[in-house]
Amino acid sequence: MTITPDSPSVLTALDRPNSYIGRSVPRPNLRRLTEGRGSYVSDTVLPRMLHVVFVRSPHAHARIRAIDTLAASKAPGVVAAFVGADLTEVMSPWVGVLTHLKGLKSAPQYPLAMERACWQGEAVCAIVARTRALAEDAAALVDVDYEELPAVADAETALDPQTPVIHPELGDNLTFERRVNAGDPDQGMRDAAEIVEATFVFGRHTGVCNEARAIVADWNAAEQRLTVYQGTQAPHMMQNLFAKHLGIAEQQVRVITKDVGGSFGVKVHAYADEMATVAIAKLLRRPVKFVADRLESFLTDIHARDHRVHGKIGVKKDGTITVFEIDDLTGIGPYSVYPRTSGIEANQVVNLTGSWYRCPNYRALARVVFQNKNVMCQYRAVGHPIATAVTEGLVDLAAARIGMDPVEIRRRNLIPDDGYPATAPSGIKFEKLSQEAALQKIVTMMRYDDLRAEQERLRKQGVYRGIGMTTFVEVTNPSPTFYGIGGARISAQDGVTMRLDGAGTVFCHTGVSEQGQGTEAVIAQVAASAFGVPISSVRVIMGDTDNTPYGGGTWASRAAGIAGEAAWQAGKALRANVLALAATILQAQPQSLDLRDGIVVDAASSRERMGLDEIARIAHFRPDTLPPGFQPELVATRHYVPRAWPFAFTNGVQASYLEVDVDTGFVKLLRHWCVEDCGTIINPLLVDEQVRGGIVQGIGAALYEHCVYDERGQLLNGNMADYLVPMASEMPDMDIGHVVTPTADSELGAKGAGEAGTAGAPGAVMNAINDALRPLGAKTLTEMPFTPGLILRAIGRI
Amino acid sequence: MKPAAFAYARARSVEHAISLLGEHQGDARLLAGGQSLIATLNMRLSSPSLLVDINRLPDLGAISVTAGIVEFGALVRHVQAEQSETVARYAPLIARAMPHIAHPAIRNRGTIGGSIAFADPAAELPACIVALGGELEIAGPHGRRSVSAEAFFKGMFETELGPHDLLTAIRVPAADAKTRAGFAELARRHGDYALTGLAACARATAGGLSDVHLAYFGVGTMPVRARNAEAALDAGDIENAVRAIATDLDPAGDLHASAELKSHLAGVLLRRVFRQLSEQPT
Ligand SMILES: Cc1cc2nc3c(=O)[nH]c(=O)nc-3n(C[C@H](O)[C@H](O)[C@H](O)COP(=O)(O)OP(=O)(O)OC[C@H]3O[C@@H](n4cnc5c(N)ncnc54)[C@H](O)[C@@H]3O)c2cc1C
Repeated sequence: MTITPDSPSVLTALDRPNSYIGRSVPRPNLRRLTEGRGSYVSDTVLPRMLHVVFVRSPHAHARIRAIDTLAASKAPGVVAAFVGADLTEVMSPWVGVLTHLKGLKSAPQYPLAMERACWQGEAVCAIVARTRALAEDAAALVDVDYEELPAVADAETALDPQTPVIHPELGDNLTFERRVNAGDPDQGMRDAAEIVEATFVFGRHTGVCNEARAIVADWNAAEQRLTVYQGTQAPHMMQNLFAKHLGIAEQQVRVITKDVGGSFGVKVHAYADEMATVAIAKLLRRPVKFVADRLESFLTDIHARDHRVHGKIGVKKDGTITVFEIDDLTGIGPYSVYPRTSGIEANQVVNLTGSWYRCPNYRALARVVFQNKNVMCQYRAVGHPIATAVTEGLVDLAAARIGMDPVEIRRRNLIPDDGYPATAPSGIKFEKLSQEAALQKIVTMMRYDDLRAEQERLRKQGVYRGIGMTTFVEVTNPSPTFYGIGGARISAQDGVTMRLDGAGTVFCHTGVSEQGQGTEAVIAQVAASAFGVPISSVRVIMGDTDNTPYGGGTWASRAAGIAGEAAWQAGKALRANVLALAATILQAQPQSLDLRDGIVVDAASSRERMGLDEIARIAHFRPDTLPPGFQPELVATRHYVPRAWPFAFTNGVQASYLEVDVDTGFVKLLRHWCVEDCGTIINPLLVDEQVRGGIVQGIGAALYEHCVYDERGQLLNGNMADYLVPMASEMPDMDIGHVVTPTADSELGAKGAGEAGTAGAPGAVMNAINDALRPLGAKTLTEMPFTPGLILRAIGRI
Repeated sequence: MKPAAFAYARARSVEHAISLLGEHQGDARLLAGGQSLIATLNMRLSSPSLLVDINRLPDLGAISVTAGIVEFGALVRHVQAEQSETVARYAPLIARAMPHIAHPAIRNRGTIGGSIAFADPAAELPACIVALGGELEIAGPHGRRSVSAEAFFKGMFETELGPHDLLTAIRVPAADAKTRAGFAELARRHGDYALTGLAACARATAGGLSDVHLAYFGVGTMPVRARNAEAALDAGDIENAVRAIATDLDPAGDLHASAELKSHLAGVLLRRVFRQLSEQPT
């Protein structure tokens, strides 16, 4: 794999003498994790711990007439059995709505289904036993009397009058609707020389984590306190939800998150079975563990996408885009997921589509509907792959229609790099993007003209290769605009507390969390750089609501940008405290000193004056030697929340080069490029790997991953043999490049980098496939995943 | 995903294994590499009362060539066959197929006997054995018997093996200078069971090929011989052979490929395999 050198760093204040910023330091947790010494919830064992197993509805929609748990209760090792009503005494239901998504509605959801099961896989009964195996044995003995009800499977007909309404009290199956009419779309249509339309379909897929969802809940009746070990992205959010729905104070709940085996957005929601586990632990006053197995994961981990978008683009002969129009329909299962809701993805599609182009005319409609399938919610790059593929698919079609090169049409329409700040027709605001520079860079990296020549040459030999490109933007560093203003208690700010200990090393406590992406490394790098110590002197503590500043956790590519800035400020503050102390000891002016690599030096000459260990020793053990009235402060906390912009938008461009075997319909990915701009790059290796991993997930959506449901709402491929996750052998080499445009909203200038790969890849692969097949007069392929069958049909081979 | 409780016994000999199977009257299963069986137990698709572990049975783990016959003991691991020079030389079709079977970790444990006994309709080895006109040796309560490959496979996961039988050996004719082998399959991801696959062998003649055997997998409930296509290839006519596929095969569609797609891919594979058969040096 080739790694394209980064653009020269534009760091300023960040260029401290012992700066780790911009360096690919290995992550501190690497050795522990690779030597199998990680500590996951799945591994957690507590004294007196029980295991809960859920009996799940085999039907997409059914009335529960009766549940007979008698035989199960008597089975070996069984301690208790619960049905829905049993848990209502300790846990209240929840409704997944946010007030800023106007009109969004959903029904109350309970930890176990009450009188109806609304999707195949919904938990209807819980069996608690000494071991998971015994609980599974007993669960097989539970007799549920179901009356099957008609299932609403097809989003397309969910709003038809003859379709049953899943929650009659809501009136219809419409969860949420949003319309945008910006500029003058009608005029845009009239100004166009060509109007191109297409319908894009994005199959349902899911985030397949290495470690399934896992939780151990422990109610200590003597302390009146609940400790929850949970593999979650947002410990404080979960603390709030457990407290709220158990009707206890937040202080009575501690959430501990140790190592998490991947999350991708799957582990940032309230799941009914996890809420049930907590309720059961409270009722039984014993630790209770639930680890989803792989079959349960497919049926209950949030699914994603499942959008159908009719799109239209108007274009003049000179390539000027005159209008974008979309009509998005998405099915989200029977409940809007709590607490982030299932309206966000469609909302993002509306926000983002076409937003990075100059065209002011935009009409959008998004409708979100209920259906009897597993719930759908936020998964890596929420809405972005859809908005990107629709926008860029339309742009490519327009280019083909007017006979213009795909790079050229983008050049002519992108918001120019000197055109910022800018506001998109949907209302989203860009501080500063670098689309022109990124496009130029990728064209050079991929040697675009040579590639086109090669493509042409090979076509003559019957080899069909395609080049596909997507430009895109990515939402990162969200302000309270995302959830807080809608009433969700999900912290937008994050804090970092740095504490100097007696040996002169520091602990760094933060509310963001790590699920494998390297957050711990990034925080350590920033803290070490700002404070002035070797990175080995910094220990990062996260994932414990008793011991970290209250914070939002890790999602929406926020950890590095938000907690990173807090760490930067905390490091500076603690350095000032330490230098004040050193100045007192050394009888010098604090501003004449600096802390570098753990040693207090004269700032001007770098002459070493005193080790931090010695300063710590005096501060902790011999403060009697300090002048009277001088109190050293050995802990510093700083918080940060983006204020100037609702989001720190990043941008980028991706390109895919692939070959379609026109006999088999198989796609061979030859190479993939991405140039992105996440502002200050704290750790180039981690950023590049985030981008690569994201691209792989995007390729999964484009070619492989699909939760296939039948017309009765039955998931047909919920296992690792039939659900195709992308595998290493099929992945192309990926070249990653960067343009660096720091956000001015923070000193660090870092934006997020976690989702760019996933945002741009599906559209790039789609455009490349269509580019490859264009000379064959193929029907445009717009339905993901692009399977061999779809491809062969598009070229008339089957 | 925990299996229901089961008892476990390690068989000391083939006879011991058969008597253990007999004691449990059809409710016992042989455990070979466990790569297919354990998954079915974990998903509770089956819950036998006893597993009879045959992994330590002596004499079932060798590959040998005698009198023009290659013999694989049932416990030969996939990896063993994959790396064997004997197999490369005397059973080139099997050598070609091996890398397509699952992934290295699975090939380390999975056995040739287990693959054939399990009789997955999309598995490579059953088709290879059918194409080669192989023979399966079965030990049962009434002694040992041999069955031709075509008689052995009876349907989806169904074989000539009775509940108290053990597959002991797999025999195929050893290749000589005139033997030609061809193998191709189409799987979405490397190591997956194929959407469609083709195992083929033939004899080189002065003008072309004779004795062409084509065994498709993934297109029916068991390996399917394409006899009309074979005849067409014996006559040297690939176009006719591809046309004949339509009458030879009647695949049912599944989650990953429609019937139409499978039929189409079968034709594509035939051309590719025909090229392999024709191009090998004499
Ligand atoms: C992820 C994955 C991918 C795979 N992909 C492929 C693939 O692409 N192609 C392919 O062919 N296979 C594939 N397999 C299956 C693999 O090849 C198995 O190893 C094989 O099918 C069974 O062999 P085993 O020794 O593991 O048998 P086991 O799992 O131990 O047994 C399977 C069945 O055969 C019976 N059995 C085993 N040995 C005997 C015997 N000697 N006599 C009578 N009955 C016996 C058992 O009782 C059981 O019912 C895959 C498996 C996995 C897990």
